[in-house]
Amino acid sequence: MTTAPASTATTVLEMRDLSVSFPTETGTVSAVDGAALDLAAGEIVGMVGESGCGKSVTGMSIAGLLPGSARVTGSVRLNGTELVGARESALRRVRGREIAYIFQEPMTSLNPVLTVGRQIGEVLQVHERMSRRAAHARAVELLTLVGIPSATHRVGAYPHQLSGGMRQRVMIAMAVACGPKVLVADEPTTALDVTVQAGILQVLRDLRDRLGTSILIITHDLGVIADIADRVVVMYAGRVVERAPVTDLFARPYHHYTAGLLSASPKPGRHASTARLAEIPGLVPVLSTQPDACTFADRCPAADARCRESAPPLEVAGDGTDHLAACWHPCPPQPREANR
Amino acid sequence: MTSRPNALEIEDLVMHFGPVRAVDGVSLTIAAGRVTALVGESGSGKSTVGRCVVRLVEPTAGVVRIAGADVTHLSRRQLRPHRDAVSIVFQDPAASLDPRMLVGEIVAEPLRLAGRRVPRREREARVAPQLERVGLRAEVARRYPHELSGGQRQRVSIARALVSEPMLLIADEPTSALDVSVQASVLNLLADLQRDIGFACLFITHDLSAVEYLADDIAVMYLGQLVEKGSRERIFARPAHPYTQALLAAAPVADPVRQRQRQPVLLGDDLPSALDPPSGCRFRTRCPLAFDTCATEVPPQVPIGDGMAACHLVRPDGTGPDVRTADPSEVLS
Repeated sequence: MTTAPASTATTVLEMRDLSVSFPTETGTVSAVDGAALDLAAGEIVGMVGESGCGKSVTGMSIAGLLPGSARVTGSVRLNGTELVGARESALRRVRGREIAYIFQEPMTSLNPVLTVGRQIGEVLQVHERMSRRAAHARAVELLTLVGIPSATHRVGAYPHQLSGGMRQRVMIAMAVACGPKVLVADEPTTALDVTVQAGILQVLRDLRDRLGTSILIITHDLGVIADIADRVVVMYAGRVVERAPVTDLFARPYHHYTAGLLSASPKPGRHASTARLAEIPGLVPVLSTQPDACTFADRCPAADARCRESAPPLEVAGDGTDHLAACWHPCPPQPREANR
Repeated sequence: MTSRPNALEIEDLVMHFGPVRAVDGVSLTIAAGRVTALVGESGSGKSTVGRCVVRLVEPTAGVVRIAGADVTHLSRRQLRPHRDAVSIVFQDPAASLDPRMLVGEIVAEPLRLAGRRVPRREREARVAPQLERVGLRAEVARRYPHELSGGQRQRVSIARALVSEPMLLIADEPTSALDVSVQASVLNLLADLQRDIGFACLFITHDLSAVEYLADDIAVMYLGQLVEKGSRERIFARPAHPYTQALLAAAPVADPVRQRQRQPVLLGDDLPSALDPPSGCRFRTRCPLAFDTCATEVPPQVPIGDGMAACHLVRPDGTGPDVRTADPSEVLS
């Protein structure tokens, strides 16, 4: 129970000191600064933060999906193989078979003029060198796996013939076609209704349970995190500001941004006549360079001179477990929800 | 307070777009100063109800009364005197604010349209208190929408909607395009303004946590029809309709310990087509408790308090099975 790093023998993905910046017309924009995270076999890690916090860029950098203009430094190791700076041909072997992605809007990720069976089959024909017939049969199995009823019939459907939830299930089927060890799901349920979302989250959980897939789920929805994640990474302005097992994070946030996010969302049983939502004043900054300071200081109720003069490191918080936070003045252990 | 007319009365509202039956017989009343949330999934027709109320579209059938006046089939010119009584705030402030107008012009626009021409010199003085009321500095009047953040733009939309002191505000997913921390400030603002000014509000949303925070009453819509109505307390504590129950069960709570103790209710994925809605009860194709009668007979609206639930399984006293706990095989035996 000392300060042992989270990585154990089963760590599949190891990200260290990842930084990403983009040159733009008005100068460089720093999107990610020194992000670190581990993903163990069969683990679901949730990455949370508001738009502009660098969640998606972090996710896409894992298998080199960022545009060529992005400057990426640091290290992302998949089972020991370095992916940052790897050649495109090497990355191509990794994508699909080792790492797969699911994006937010399935309609823009699916080809509208091919049946879903062809699209899933294509993955198998390219990566697994399957025959077209075998790929088709496997596509039916995959559609069944992700909970699409009458898969033998639906395999011939075009994307527009399916509902949003079905399309997202097709995306998941494509993503897991080659049995990847790591699945990156970027806001997979954001475009969907809650009753459909519940089904998609169930599919992701099933995949983890049955195939042992490790999942990095990127979302801004704390409810989704509470439902599915084993561990949580909170990002703010390109930095990881807190990292903890899910129950620890919700029960005892150390970073003021995490605490702010948790108390900003309405709680069951609360009405405006008796309660008020906590607001986080200000905006997520767009940074050209990462300052040696806490980037949340301008919005933080606890910030002082120290926060503006040096960046707090991500350190073990509290009683030395798997809970890390980057804050000079961590939140006191306040019972936010003393009597619910 | 005694004899103020209802802010909104909708009777048997029908809105068909060609063969698409977007709204199919919705009745809803909002008393002055009350907040009613209209909840449903995408495709349920909830936004179309809002658009009928502000008469962005002319209803196919039914009656819409605003502050007691029937506006259902009024022409644009005839509508003008009633425009002050109702305003709308849309989901995406970036798309609903004219990018070439200054914020001051945007906020003063409803006054101009109502025939109350505001000279440019006076505009700032007229607009300043409106902006301050929504938490913006008066200088914002000289900015363009693109210079503002998403949350600030939504505040401008709210200021524009309230400048005519309407009796009824339609808020159509006003926070859905915003980040959590910004959502909180917009929800707080709406709650404060509603309390201070006392307008009635039709709050259209799919976000149940926001509903519980803001609404007095709740109406649940499914495929063009209302399936349940009731007070916030009753709907959250004792939802009667299986769809309401499923919706409440599906919305995850931001608390991992409680969330993982909850029993998931998984409906099928597909909202049936509004071109050809199911016979009988429209929810029956996804309802875990559906039985024969549901396919053949339209469910009655069983009164519950001031509200109702439209389900064959809800008994006359308002009780019935709960899909969150019930075993479907035992419900009918």
